[in-house]
Amino acid sequence: MTAITERQQRAYIGAIAAEARVNVELETEGMTLNIGPQHPATHGTLRIVVKLDGEQVIDAQPIPGYMHRGYEKLTEVRTYPQVTTLVNRIDWLGHFANEVPFILGAEQLMGIEAPPRAQWIRTIFFELARQANITLFLGDLGAQIGAITPVFYAFRDREHVLNLMESVTGGRFHPNFDRIGGLKDDLPKGWVEECKAVMVRVKGFCDQIEDLLMGNEIFQARLRGVGIIPKDIALSYGLSGANLRASGVDWDLRRDRDYPLAWKHADFNVITHPDGDAFARCWVRLQEVRESAKIVEQLCDGIPAGPIMAKVPRIIKVPAGEAWVSTENPLGEMGYYIVSKGDLGPFRCKIRSASFNNISVVPWVMKGVYVPDVIAILASLYFILGDIDR
Amino acid sequence: MILAALPYWESTIIRVVLVLAAVLLPAGTFVYVFLFKMMSFMQSRLGPMEAGPYGSLQLLAEVGKSLQKEDIFPERADRTLFALAPYIVVGSVLLVYVVIPFGPDAWFANLDTGIFYALAVSSLSVIGILVAGWASANKYSLMGGLRAAGQLIAYELPMVLAVVGVVIQAGSLNLIQIVNSQANGSIFGFGALGNPFILTQFVAFGLFLMAAQAELSQAPFDMPVAESELVSGYMTEYSGMRFLLFFIGEFASAGAFAALAATLFLGGWWLPGLDLNANYMNVIGPIVVLTKMMLVAFLIFWFRFTYPRFREDQLQTLAWKYLIPISLANIMVTAVLKVVF
Repeated sequence: MTAITERQQRAYIGAIAAEARVNVELETEGMTLNIGPQHPATHGTLRIVVKLDGEQVIDAQPIPGYMHRGYEKLTEVRTYPQVTTLVNRIDWLGHFANEVPFILGAEQLMGIEAPPRAQWIRTIFFELARQANITLFLGDLGAQIGAITPVFYAFRDREHVLNLMESVTGGRFHPNFDRIGGLKDDLPKGWVEECKAVMVRVKGFCDQIEDLLMGNEIFQARLRGVGIIPKDIALSYGLSGANLRASGVDWDLRRDRDYPLAWKHADFNVITHPDGDAFARCWVRLQEVRESAKIVEQLCDGIPAGPIMAKVPRIIKVPAGEAWVSTENPLGEMGYYIVSKGDLGPFRCKIRSASFNNISVVPWVMKGVYVPDVIAILASLYFILGDIDR
Repeated sequence: MILAALPYWESTIIRVVLVLAAVLLPAGTFVYVFLFKMMSFMQSRLGPMEAGPYGSLQLLAEVGKSLQKEDIFPERADRTLFALAPYIVVGSVLLVYVVIPFGPDAWFANLDTGIFYALAVSSLSVIGILVAGWASANKYSLMGGLRAAGQLIAYELPMVLAVVGVVIQAGSLNLIQIVNSQANGSIFGFGALGNPFILTQFVAFGLFLMAAQAELSQAPFDMPVAESELVSGYMTEYSGMRFLLFFIGEFASAGAFAALAATLFLGGWWLPGLDLNANYMNVIGPIVVLTKMMLVAFLIFWFRFTYPRFREDQLQTLAWKYLIPISLANIMVTAVLKVVF
């Protein structure tokens, strides 16, 4: 990996800005192109209004909200155990990972902690959700750039991960498995061995994608040096997850925060990339799937014995108070700010989802790029529409 | 040589009926299923399974399905042009097949400037695509049409220049003559295998394949249809039978370019050890051409399903900065060697 120096980054950004300015000064007649709400590149209903000069973007404004489902409000009329059903559907590809921070927040308010076995299984599932999510990203990335084949490989290998989830939780997409104080069920017999076998497959998929996509000259020509987000811009727009790490910020909540979860028992690397371009974001995600498979393999070897549920009352009432818990979800930092008044359900619940912030950098990063790059940058920023609109 | 004894019009009718019924129709279906199955296996899918044994009637099923669909015209579309565009594309593709020889007597037309005609006609499809893009009254379609025009003009040149090398070596523009000279040729005095031009013109073969890929607007050169950006470009607004016409045109032109490449570089209907002009070659010839054609089509689709797509500027850079100079150099070297040997 030859790193792009900071100076080169600045030069690139400066050149784009200058070119955009020249085009504005010449006052050639622009064209407004609506990318979305119905467009294959937005995998959902994101609308981006792009002002074009020829094929060059002068201005891009993302307009979210076409799929707003009002989850923050809905949590107020649900009891705590019911909320996990809702939040499954925020980032629908990282299903289980959405449940964890909410449950952790509620547990924190109640002052209980899940037994070690539940913590380990939670962590394993969290990582499985990450793999299911990012595997699909890697395949879809190919489709956005124009290589059709990786999608099919991604769907094929993601299915194995989803089968693992299904065999325990009964749900492929919406496990709804996390409970306050523990988990719903224990692992079935033979699951751990199966899980290890699937991790081998996932790693194999990563190798395949690395050969088929990442090593491809055209792929690199399309993504290298495109959509560069420098460190300070990434921080000031509140990017998180792989988008931030690809800009060279060494920041991973799994390592940096102390959760009642099993990450601290696993040995893994936080992958960063100095370039901050679209290729870096994709590369970081690919490596993260590998690391995630490593984590699961390590944790599978050491799941402690014991109960999977702490002692919690039949009817869960959360004492009054406020709690903020966020975790390193597949898309970035996801968190819940829970305000409780001691009722059956939360009084107010603010959901911080990663994609909403990640997509906010679009107007900045898309100035001066070409239409094909718009798609490449959108794909590399990686958002799930449910995660933007909630 | 039976046909040569008959009057012109009788031989022509027999030719058209024979070639059309015996070669092109089954070949079209066969190649279609072959390509579908091949691309499915590349993508770890099964491909057509239900329509007929091994999915062999898939093309019929799709035609039947598309005929039932509503033929939607966008409100602000130019109706005449919108309706006409797919026919221009498919027509230009079918016209290419006219000059491809399938045997010593199994051909539609024996033009003295056969390859010139084929290249000229194949570029007609640009007009159809441009018309489709314009008539759709859709921004995505317009961009797709313009991209297609720019791309096809850029890649027409390396393709023609690549063919020039073959023409110099064969000394003729006539496709039958080109096949003859491959069969009777020799490489540095060794003539047992003849001289399929892929051996001496391998650079031209590579260039031809690359340019054909671009002419077909297939990945990695599928900017005009780029479904993730332009929502299938000029095809966005088409539905039903007209969409299917574009679709068939795409596959048929892949077949046409593959057949051209098979004729120019792989020796056409000729196989080493067989008598080039014997009567039985009229039966074996089409099978040989078809096999060679599918080999080339396999290459084309292999590239298509492996590579991501170029960006427009990278695509133009590749054509003007690399392919055209290389093909010019190839012509020069070929001409010099032709004179020397």
